Amino acid sequence: MLPIIFIMPILQILILSNAATFDIKKIKMAYVDHDKSTFSRELISKFQASPYFVVTADFPASKLGLDAIQQGKAAVLLEIPTDFEKDLIKDKESSLSIQVNAINGAIAGIENSYVNQIIQKFNTNIRAKLMPVVPFGKGLKQVVVKPSFWYNQNLDYKIYMVPGIIVLLITMVTFFLSGMNIVREKEIGTLEQINVTPIKKYQFIIGKLFPFWVIGIFLLFLGMNIGRIAFNVPIVGNPAVILLFASIYILVFLGFGFFISNFTETQQQAMFIAWFFVVIFILMSGLFTPIESMPSWAQKITEYNPIRYFIEVIRMVMLKGSGFKDVLPQLTRIIIFSIVMNTLAVVSYKKVN
Amino acid sequence: MSITIQNISKSFGDTQALKNVSFNVKKNELFGLIGSDGAGKTTLFRILTTLLIADEGTATVAQYDVLANYKDIRNHVGYMPGKFSLYMDLTIQENLEFFATIFGTTVEANYDLIKDIYEQIAPFKNRKAGDLSGGMKQKLALSCALIHKPKVLFLDEPTTGVDAVSRQEFWQMLKKLQKKGITILVSTPYMDEAELCDRIALIDKGEILDIDTPMNITNKFNRKIYNVNAKETYKLITDLKNYPNSYSVFPFGEFIHYIDNNDNFNKEELITYLQEKGNENIEISQTKPTIEDVFMDLMQ
Repeated sequence: MLPIIFIMPILQILILSNAATFDIKKIKMAYVDHDKSTFSRELISKFQASPYFVVTADFPASKLGLDAIQQGKAAVLLEIPTDFEKDLIKDKESSLSIQVNAINGAIAGIENSYVNQIIQKFNTNIRAKLMPVVPFGKGLKQVVVKPSFWYNQNLDYKIYMVPGIIVLLITMVTFFLSGMNIVREKEIGTLEQINVTPIKKYQFIIGKLFPFWVIGIFLLFLGMNIGRIAFNVPIVGNPAVILLFASIYILVFLGFGFFISNFTETQQQAMFIAWFFVVIFILMSGLFTPIESMPSWAQKITEYNPIRYFIEVIRMVMLKGSGFKDVLPQLTRIIIFSIVMNTLAVVSYKKVN
Repeated sequence: MSITIQNISKSFGDTQALKNVSFNVKKNELFGLIGSDGAGKTTLFRILTTLLIADEGTATVAQYDVLANYKDIRNHVGYMPGKFSLYMDLTIQENLEFFATIFGTTVEANYDLIKDIYEQIAPFKNRKAGDLSGGMKQKLALSCALIHKPKVLFLDEPTTGVDAVSRQEFWQMLKKLQKKGITILVSTPYMDEAELCDRIALIDKGEILDIDTPMNITNKFNRKIYNVNAKETYKLITDLKNYPNSYSVFPFGEFIHYIDNNDNFNKEELITYLQEKGNENIEISQTKPTIEDVFMDLMQ
């Protein structure tokens, strides 16, 4: 069991950090060019030059293009209307049709924004070409937005994923271990032998949970070091703040696990309930989908999600360098959670039936 | 009195596990609770060891009330559950030290009490409890239950699943422990073990059928029991059951135990009847009643 506890997290950090990326590359794209003009070809060449798109086919009719989306041969279909060039020169405007396979909404949104970026660029170039003579003072005033990404300059997803994955690992290992453990004693019957001894409830609970707390803290060190060495994730802030937060955070899940095992009779039951909560907590933690994009009722629920706070704190401290005072709101919450969970655990643990 | 039980009842849902059970165990007594599986023995043990709360009735163990003074009871009783429940992944020595520590004592402090038992398993003291044989597991469990010098020892079916030699050794150990001043309440489904107790209580379906010394219990039995034997045992049983004067018939070892309704039982009449039915090699002889005979009779 012990090797599993340690090898599993290492593998998970290495695999998940490399796999869980939001970047979409090599989007399969097809086009229907009704215009066949210099402008239309220029637009298409922009897509061909982009590393995000692979132009797979061109079709003479839009019907065929839609069939290609249906068959999964293309994810994006660009349709350039007849007189695209003529309209642009004459009316200074024209329209394009873009069809995106939205079977996965998140991917479709990203693909759409990529397409728009390229068209936007094309647009500014064309306008400059079409209005070469600029009367003084009446020139095109272009607003150029130059984004600067703070705390993660290259928008490297690994830098914000790795801290989150460390949190997941610590949570799962400590939660499952504590949840399984007491139930296991119930199953083999050792709990009955313990219950007839004069051992105090708190002694038993501390004795059972302390080893898992140590394992959790060890995993934190391990995860942060793998992140630093293998993925160059910076640790800008003071690791002591993370350590302090983690040491209380782990107590929340140890108490929760113990609480579950008080109400279950078999390891299977405990596993089921533990998984139920872990899945909800992870999906609503802000790791994979931003909390800001959730509906407001879901955002309310996340306020009771301990994983959310640890992910916030570990990112704040590791990437932004936040100090103790900055994480105080999260810390207060997690202290309240740990008191509530552990009180419930102690109260619900009964030595007598 | 070491254990007093008054009008204890306990139900689990619709099944009543114990019905108005009352009896006392004297100080330094080896008391046996005899009953078949599901008779309510374990439930009673769990109530007395403060693991379960009775629906009705009161009980005391070593003068402590099971409800009000449950914490004192836990300090003064040793409990060996029917199912082996020590830590399988700890060695013999680790288990012993672990339980000694929980009771706030050391192995050395009470070594004289467990010496006889522990020495038998000492050669394997670094072996994990999960790898031990049934007999050794049982000795380890007994050592762990004794490590804090309990006043009362509860043994729930300690010899179930243990070979005949180990069973005999085990009862010798119990006798020795009794001499050291420990009150022992032991439950068993084996009737032959009942004869080794000072007093026994026969329990069935949650009710106490009789409480007395094994000797008195068999002496009280006023019916005559006959060992019957014939070539075809199964045919013999059916024929005996169909005999008009038959009171009870059940197989007992190599014989059939037969009890007649009439006190002046006519042996020749039965032989003629059985011969008419086609039984061969018929033997009939009177025998002394055993606990099992009494128990079977009381259960009817």
